[in-house]
Amino acid sequence: MAAPRSFQEIILRLMTYWASKGCAVLQPYDMEVGAGTFHPATTLRSLGNRPWAAAYVQPSRRPTDGRYGENPNRLQHYYQYQVLIKPSPPDLQALYLGSLEAIGIDLNLHDIRFVEDDWESPTLGAWGLGWEVWCDGMEVSQFTYFQQVGGHDCHPVSGELTYGLERLAMYVLGIDHVMDMPFNDPDSPIPLKYGDVFRQTEEEYSRHNFDAATTEMLLRHFEDAEAECEKILSLPPEDPNSGKRIVMAHPAYDQCIKASHLFNLLDARGVISVTERQAYIGRVRALAKKCADAFVQTEAGGFVAEAQA
Amino acid sequence: MPELLIELFSEEIPARMQGAARDNLKKLVTDGLVEAGLTYASAQAFSTPRRLVLVLDGLSSESPTLREERKGPSVSAPEKALEGFLRSTGLTLDQLEKRADKKGEVWFAVMEKPGRQAPEIIAEVLEKVIRNFPWPKSMRWGAGSLRWVRPLHSILCLLSDEAGSTVVPLTIDGITAGDTTAGHRFMAPASFAVTGFEDYAAKLKAAKVVLDPAERAEMIWHDASQLAFAQGLELVEDKGLLNEVAGLVEFPVALMGAIADDFLHLPPEVLQTSMKEHQKFFSVKNPKTGRIEGFVTVANRETADHGETILKGNLKVLSARLSDARFFWEHDLRLVKSEGLEGMGAGLANVTFHNKLGSQKARIDRIEALAREIAPLVGAQPDLAAEAARVVKSDLRSAMVGEFPELQGLMGSYYAREAGLPDTVANACKGHYAPLGPSDAVPSEPVTVAVALADKIDTLTGFWAIDEKPTGSKDPFALRRAALGVIRLILSNDLRLPLSKKLAYGVLKNCIWIGVQAGKTAVDDVKSFAEKFDADPTALNTMLGPITAEIPDVELRQDGRTNVSEDLISFFHDRLKVFLKDEGIRHDVIDAVLAMPGSDDLTLVVKRAEALSAFLKTEDGGNLIQGFKRANNILTQAEAKDGVEYSYGADVKFAEADEEKTLFAALDAAEAALAPAMAAEDFATAMAEMAKLRAPIDAFFTAVQINAENAIVRRNRLNLLSRIRQICLSVADLTKLEG
Repeated sequence: MAAPRSFQEIILRLMTYWASKGCAVLQPYDMEVGAGTFHPATTLRSLGNRPWAAAYVQPSRRPTDGRYGENPNRLQHYYQYQVLIKPSPPDLQALYLGSLEAIGIDLNLHDIRFVEDDWESPTLGAWGLGWEVWCDGMEVSQFTYFQQVGGHDCHPVSGELTYGLERLAMYVLGIDHVMDMPFNDPDSPIPLKYGDVFRQTEEEYSRHNFDAATTEMLLRHFEDAEAECEKILSLPPEDPNSGKRIVMAHPAYDQCIKASHLFNLLDARGVISVTERQAYIGRVRALAKKCADAFVQTEAGGFVAEAQA
Repeated sequence: MPELLIELFSEEIPARMQGAARDNLKKLVTDGLVEAGLTYASAQAFSTPRRLVLVLDGLSSESPTLREERKGPSVSAPEKALEGFLRSTGLTLDQLEKRADKKGEVWFAVMEKPGRQAPEIIAEVLEKVIRNFPWPKSMRWGAGSLRWVRPLHSILCLLSDEAGSTVVPLTIDGITAGDTTAGHRFMAPASFAVTGFEDYAAKLKAAKVVLDPAERAEMIWHDASQLAFAQGLELVEDKGLLNEVAGLVEFPVALMGAIADDFLHLPPEVLQTSMKEHQKFFSVKNPKTGRIEGFVTVANRETADHGETILKGNLKVLSARLSDARFFWEHDLRLVKSEGLEGMGAGLANVTFHNKLGSQKARIDRIEALAREIAPLVGAQPDLAAEAARVVKSDLRSAMVGEFPELQGLMGSYYAREAGLPDTVANACKGHYAPLGPSDAVPSEPVTVAVALADKIDTLTGFWAIDEKPTGSKDPFALRRAALGVIRLILSNDLRLPLSKKLAYGVLKNCIWIGVQAGKTAVDDVKSFAEKFDADPTALNTMLGPITAEIPDVELRQDGRTNVSEDLISFFHDRLKVFLKDEGIRHDVIDAVLAMPGSDDLTLVVKRAEALSAFLKTEDGGNLIQGFKRANNILTQAEAKDGVEYSYGADVKFAEADEEKTLFAALDAAEAALAPAMAAEDFATAMAEMAKLRAPIDAFFTAVQINAENAIVRRNRLNLLSRIRQICLSVADLTKLEG
């Protein structure tokens, strides 16, 4: 297959590839998250016994990684490509390798390796076993079999693939500085580089995240999100308006996502001490667990209402 | 005799788990088969990233038939007894035999347990092994419930002999055993059938899989060395890395590259650590300059371009990684040049060491005070030791150690030199963590020794003061290692250190800190504390009383010691016993020595213990101990009976037998010779002198009866025994010796 020429072509090829393998191609979640795993299409859908197959790009924010657009490899805002299939198919490794071929990596010339790397997310109360995938010594993806999410054992087990898109694309395109990477086709009437799209925002957000964000407000919003999440989940399942059973797992989970991002911002502002850090992570995890508890009480989470009399 | 071949084919098994997995597979399967009555001649286990393999030679084809006879009740016994016998054997009356016995006719049960065919046993054993395999971490996958280290794809289980081969029928969680496997994931992915181990190994080889990890390691080492040699360079040995890399590939291909000039000025340890930790590269050294100038990476395949693409990719990653390392190095150098090494560590005031023991800075202050105290005893200048103590932990704040914690100490020594500090200080940065393991080298430079001891003693006394001691297998703060480190530092440098006092000092320093934190008082002037500690325990009490009173479990004595420091010294004694046991010294010998005064002077303890241990191995030594014990027993009994202590006044004028007189003379001679030898701590000579008592004591016991009719003679003899006891006990508490 011809080599891709731009960042977006790599994304489009991954989309086409995973669509051809039967995944529902979803869109990014419309909230600030630290990684593609936070998208409810992964976190919540990996729970319960309903089969699931989804692929999507997720913009991810890591405020502490901001480098004002100057570091060739580090960004406070970047893209992850995420695939989640439940139950994990027996040929998931082969499917994954096919996706590398699809983006122009010739498996006959490169050295692909599956190197032990167990995944754990203390904020989501989740863990799994798997590998980081190396291509010629570079980590190009994370490959995980989820064992637990939100404190719940995964049954069946989901297989999760996460590609760090910028890094992978830089490798495939042979680019040394992320800002120099062609975003669209270099022969387009208006060729745009990654830097044309994101250099300025990297600067703006770096300044904001490190120095400008109002910490008192962030702290207050963290408390609000936490309280709101708990309030939403404390309501009884029966909706008085429709008379239906509606457990509000997703709206509650939105608040959990918010709390998590606010924590990341506070961390970047340097106002969280080492001991407090654990406590904050624990608070977000408690929310994630409650949301997971709620989701398994929904239809999508595998809840089956007792047979009506 | 049949051969059994088992292959468990899975997704990539972590390299670090493969060694134990091979051993476990071999042990669990062979144990299971033997327990079920099969025998085998030999067993070998192999692994690659994707397979665990076991081959057994000379396996028996069935388990033997077992015949058991049991004697039951007499034929005339009550019904109940017969019923019980039938129940216990599981037989019916018509299956029993009547046999004549001495007391008449008796029921006999003859039970035969028929042998079982090997395949049936193998299937049973293998299923059990797979279901209960002791992986350090295991997982489920798909919709199944089986656990394995990563998804298990196929099982090959084949019994073969001259007549051919058969698959052992077995199905686990939907995986049915067969006779097929697959080759290298990329170079020969097709699956193929095999007929036995020889065929399996040959076909795997053709399919680009080197089955034996030892062979892969050898290939890697050989090829990598050759690559380096061809360029006049040499490969840096790293056994751990070699084993790990051998567990990451099925078909190793070594590729060598050069490190770009921009990075060659980085410390070699930085290059080596970065390449090893991040990329599992071997380092390649230029023997002329000693610099690390190249690397070897090991790919898992051959390619049409002879690895060119792979090497290019690896170089790119390396350059990104080393750019980071260079950034850290330059950042740290700038910092240390502008702020000094102590300045680099300024942030340690905000880093918690332990929430009850305060910040790293508080800890450094304590170490500094202690290092100053210890310095004169180890031949170091107190000011220099204190200066070193102030900066040895500074590199914990460096960017480089933040990235590579294993470079702590070493980076400090580089930065100390950059900061223009004396070499002794730089060496203390690097050496004060040592010795880490039992085989780690022990520092000998006095300043390093002072700081190393102060660091470890502060850690131990701190955790003792807050009652966080090791229990059972739990030792989260590595306190056993710290104590062993102190022991080895003292012994290998032949130091004379009154350890109790240093421990008491450390405990109290920690108590002061805890007390100050709790707002109790403000005794934190290190110097005044140190002076008071030495000079005037009463003043110390006045000063520390209010603090220690606030801390549970710490009780301050008049001499400045605490119950906590005494508990800690006995922890040291336990560690010392373990250490000396490895050196071949019996525990009762150590007990005998520890019971003597000065038992906190470990060098003295060991000297004494070594002399005693050698003494006991001589014929005279062993016999003398028997003589001593006999004397001691007689004396102890007599003292108990008479209610007095016979400890004085044996007089040669009441001696009757020649043997008695000879003993008097021998004891006089021994006493005269022992005193100077003991004063000189020349225990070997002292014990040799004591050994001379053996013959006179033996002769005395043979010729003389202690409990003589004449009360005066008896008392004199008991007092004589007391002299034996006194002399012997001056060397060690021989009553503690066993046997």
